[in-house]
Amino acid sequence: MNQWKNFTKGLIKENPILVLVLGTCPTLATTSSAINGVSMGLATTFVLVGSNVVISLVGNLIPSKVRIPAYVVIIASFVTIIDLAMQAYTPAIYETLGIFIPLIVVNCIVLGRAEAFASKNTVVSSLFDGLGMGLGFALALGFLGTIREILGTGKIFGLELMNQGALVFVLAPGAFFALGYLIALVNKLKK
Amino acid sequence: MAKKDSFVNMVVTLFVITAIPAVLLGFVYKFTKEPIEQAKKLKLSNSINLVVPGASTAEIKEFNVMPETGKDSLTFFEVVSNNEIIGTAVQTYSDNAFGGRIVVMVGFKPDGTIIDNDVLEHSETPGLGDKASKSKSDWNSQFNDKNPKEFNIKLKKDGGEVDAITAATISSLAYVDALQRAYEAFIKYYNSSDIEESKVIEEIDEQTELETNETEKGGVE
Repeated sequence: MNQWKNFTKGLIKENPILVLVLGTCPTLATTSSAINGVSMGLATTFVLVGSNVVISLVGNLIPSKVRIPAYVVIIASFVTIIDLAMQAYTPAIYETLGIFIPLIVVNCIVLGRAEAFASKNTVVSSLFDGLGMGLGFALALGFLGTIREILGTGKIFGLELMNQGALVFVLAPGAFFALGYLIALVNKLKK
Repeated sequence: MAKKDSFVNMVVTLFVITAIPAVLLGFVYKFTKEPIEQAKKLKLSNSINLVVPGASTAEIKEFNVMPETGKDSLTFFEVVSNNEIIGTAVQTYSDNAFGGRIVVMVGFKPDGTIIDNDVLEHSETPGLGDKASKSKSDWNSQFNDKNPKEFNIKLKKDGGEVDAITAATISSLAYVDALQRAYEAFIKYYNSSDIEESKVIEEIDEQTELETNETEKGGVE
């Protein structure tokens, strides 16, 4: 029951993008299409789960003065693994996401969960927390990407819905519009 | 609770925590090295095959040629089938694109006619400049089967014959610049290697006939 809570809180109640508003840089930059958003979200989920588990395991052995560099090294290792794996097996997606994969290292959600949750909780709790937060991130990114792709290009996953889109939604300002309205909507629904 | 913050503790922890991932990542790197190279190779050979049809079954000779303008050399992929050059794929670039560098692959027939072309790498605006890529629009097919000798690769507003991408003039300019660079290097390379033996004759001509020299110059450079 408790684990279920750890898992679901990241999806809606404490969604990293829509509620905590953490890690907005990759959010705004990579959600120009649904597939990009989802891939970025899943890559981050992998890193988040991996780092959460490892940090909850070794957290007690790390002197608190050096914990941040230690966490960053652990996170960076997982990022490098996903970076190499994506280069090898999904080169097309790797190309569109480009620099944002290595930048997961400095994503606030990952370090935030390590510091705020994983270092104080058990391995299993941290696993579910990472999974929930990661999927919540992926969900928000996928949703945002879908909205922007439909409004911006009239297509979704390559399927044509409308002839013409409002180009602004694919560009940077559209990311802010879409994210802003999405957050407003979630706040309204939560009340 | 966390361990005490003694100096030895910190040093040992940091050492261990960097050493273990280093070893692990070494294994991951070893494991993914092959697939990464293959993915890159596949992408390259796919794009060569796109711009010079039949390249996948032919022999490919790769070499670099320095263009007259630009910082880096261009990569030529000469496709040879039955001892005959059926085309040359040129990997060219332009640094004037909206998002920095744009890398283009273009295939030429031996007479300089463009067979096909496509973007390899770009960071243009989605929905605008990225229309230069084949996956987004058929804009770049306007160059196909055109010989830059007769078909002026310049935008219409600059007196050429190329339709720019709507609302992406900078990207179009960069693309055209990349093609132009490839064509110039292509012509220069093949002309100079063909004329190797006749160079001596040319030099004699230079002293005697000024007029022919001028026309030749226009063709070569």
